[in-house]
Amino acid sequence: MTRFLLCRTISLLASLLVASLVIFLVLEVLPGDPARFMLGLNTSPEALAALREQLGLTAPLPARYLGWLAGMAVGDFGISYTYRVPVADLIVERLWVSLPLALYALTLSTLIAIPVGVLAAANRNGLIDFSAMGLTQIGIALPNFWFAMLLVLAFAVNLRWFSSGGFPGWQDPGAAVRALTLPAIALALPQASILARVMRSSLIDTLDEDYVRTARAKGLTRGQALWRHALRNALIPVVTIMGLQFSFLLAGAIIIENVFYLPGLGRLAFQAISARDLIVVRSVVMILVFAVITITFLVDIAYALIDPRLRRRAP
Amino acid sequence: MSFGAKASLAISTALILALSGPALAQRTDVVVGLVLEPPHLDPTSNAAAAIDEVVYANVFEGLTRFGPNGDILPALAESWDVAEDGLTYRFMLHDGVTFHDGSAMTADDVVFSLDRARADDSVNAQKFLFADIAEVTAEDDTTVVVTLDQPNGNFLFNMAWGDAVIVAPESAETNTTDPVGTGPFRFADWRQGDSVTIERNPDYWGEPVQLERATFRFIADPTAAFAAMMAEDVDTFPVYPAPETLSILDADPRFEAIVGTTEGETILAMNNRREPLDDVRVREAIVHAIDRQEIIDGAMFGYGTPIGTHFAPHHPAYVDLLDLSAHDPQRSRELLAEAGVEGLTLSLALPPPVYARRGGEIIAAQLRAVGIETEIVNVEWAQWLEQVFGNGDFDLTVISHTEPLDIEIYGRDDYYFGYAAPSFLAIWDELNETLDPDARNALLGDLQRDIAENYVNVYLFQLAKAGVQNVDLEGMWVNAPTQATDLTGAYWAR
Repeated sequence: MTRFLLCRTISLLASLLVASLVIFLVLEVLPGDPARFMLGLNTSPEALAALREQLGLTAPLPARYLGWLAGMAVGDFGISYTYRVPVADLIVERLWVSLPLALYALTLSTLIAIPVGVLAAANRNGLIDFSAMGLTQIGIALPNFWFAMLLVLAFAVNLRWFSSGGFPGWQDPGAAVRALTLPAIALALPQASILARVMRSSLIDTLDEDYVRTARAKGLTRGQALWRHALRNALIPVVTIMGLQFSFLLAGAIIIENVFYLPGLGRLAFQAISARDLIVVRSVVMILVFAVITITFLVDIAYALIDPRLRRRAP
Repeated sequence: MSFGAKASLAISTALILALSGPALAQRTDVVVGLVLEPPHLDPTSNAAAAIDEVVYANVFEGLTRFGPNGDILPALAESWDVAEDGLTYRFMLHDGVTFHDGSAMTADDVVFSLDRARADDSVNAQKFLFADIAEVTAEDDTTVVVTLDQPNGNFLFNMAWGDAVIVAPESAETNTTDPVGTGPFRFADWRQGDSVTIERNPDYWGEPVQLERATFRFIADPTAAFAAMMAEDVDTFPVYPAPETLSILDADPRFEAIVGTTEGETILAMNNRREPLDDVRVREAIVHAIDRQEIIDGAMFGYGTPIGTHFAPHHPAYVDLLDLSAHDPQRSRELLAEAGVEGLTLSLALPPPVYARRGGEIIAAQLRAVGIETEIVNVEWAQWLEQVFGNGDFDLTVISHTEPLDIEIYGRDDYYFGYAAPSFLAIWDELNETLDPDARNALLGDLQRDIAENYVNVYLFQLAKAGVQNVDLEGMWVNAPTQATDLTGAYWAR
């Protein structure tokens, strides 16, 4: 297990380093000058030069790359060009929206998907199975932003149970959870549909395995065999999908953030890209890369916990 | 699975009902929807209109200010004298004005603010406003004398811009995140990505405002803006991002649409330096190929006023020159033949706003009708600023120039469309030496004629300010003489 962890950690660090170089270079070749963006149409060349100097845009490329890396190592991401506040503060503030939203959505999605998937598999080809699979098919087909608009129309505009968007902050946790509820439902439904289908097919596969038949042969009921032997083995693909989904929910909620005008990480990245606030863009992207790689790392460890065979097979 | 979804909905619903409180009877707060979030809150170091949309007149004040219809009103300067030669302005400041941090606003702060804006290392986005200032001195605590290098009939107008507001030396550097001004509202809170809140300044020197608190919410998505109005989470969008749903809101008895004018001249800019657009006949051919009303109807849902020159139609000096550029495809083809141009293909750079992206498609179709092909290139703002505006690397582009009274850009040598003809500059110099308002208006008319007769650009339409608000909200600006959300006169009728 120790060797497994060590190998995984080294590959994690190497991936991060490569990602940082790619991110830095790609953003450098992008056309668009942040100083010109900030000063607009009527500005003078002197004011532009003064601002470029002030923003540190005149230093050579390698020096800026190394400076960025060294800063990140100690948690200093630099000062945003446009917002003029530390990037780390901006990101932490946005994470307080994006992270709870992703967790909320993932929790909802799991709570819906696992029971539905298990029920459908246990009643294979029965009425429950058919209706569950039909509904999840619709759930996958629905674009989440469209579903989000329907939720807003129903629950914010007509029923007035929720506000149509915005985020009041965590000073009042009740209001904060309430503000995240519609977005979390909109995000969770398509994910839950995918997850339920994966749960069902994975469980059906394991129910056909020899050891399940053996378990039945030694006298367990269908239900007992499913819960004790099949379910745990069927969870591996489900955990993989959950890991992917969490990365998606964290980084890919940008459209939902726009529909509900939530101050999340995706919107920060979007605003920063259009304002050529490169220092914010690359830090946000870096954080997301870090999150995705870490989640993959955790999923790998989760496999090992669920299935002891994988611990011995470690690279 | 749908059962699970319903169950979780029911749970959250119960939670929500328990949390919602009763509605307030009499309102003293307002929620204003803005499309763009300001990058920071210091109007003196960034061109972003979103900054002025929050702080102009509310938090920061200058010597003079724009009134609701673009007239220049006194602000921190109670009155002023202008010397005969037009070179010396003596401003008498209001007595007893304090900044929001409690310190007194004196003539020294005015000297500091103007000197800071025009200094060599200044990052003021509109440095040209201060270009003619030779010296600023404080005569006593409430008297400031500004001496100019050359007469500038626009000086009082220049001092009304958001970029010329008065700041204190102690807070000038931190105004980006904690703005300290002299206005009737003071900064309360900024939830980045969500909202900025300002509250009534109890120590305001002038007439106190009626609202106790105002929140600016940043909602860029057109559908989200519509939902926010319908759910009454937002009381007004001074500039509503979804003109296609404006009529639905207007038909609702709770809301009214407010359509006014702006200072945004929307043009199809042509690169006057580049062949064959350096030939005035080719430019005139393009001008006659364009049907403005079709663009206004097709791209702007009918909101917009056709213009025949680069000037706002509501300004007293405006001259109607639409006849010079009437839609006449036949004339276009004749002019192109006369200029010996055949099979012309031009690039058309389109920045993100709808007037450009939607308008550009219509323009391309209209040009094709007279035999000019276009290659549409969609660009982001930052890219447009660098490639088109900075390097002049374009043939055609659609853009709205939103600065007030900005016809002077046609006299700039290094400007992106590259006009700066001697005929224009001669009138411009004369204008700067003229202080008499009538004579100035006549000269402004000559400038408009000069650029219309030389077909520098295709002048399409004046951008409308199409906003929406709760019917009970009063005292908001109808027009937009500058991009601001002046809440100093706003109040609730009920």
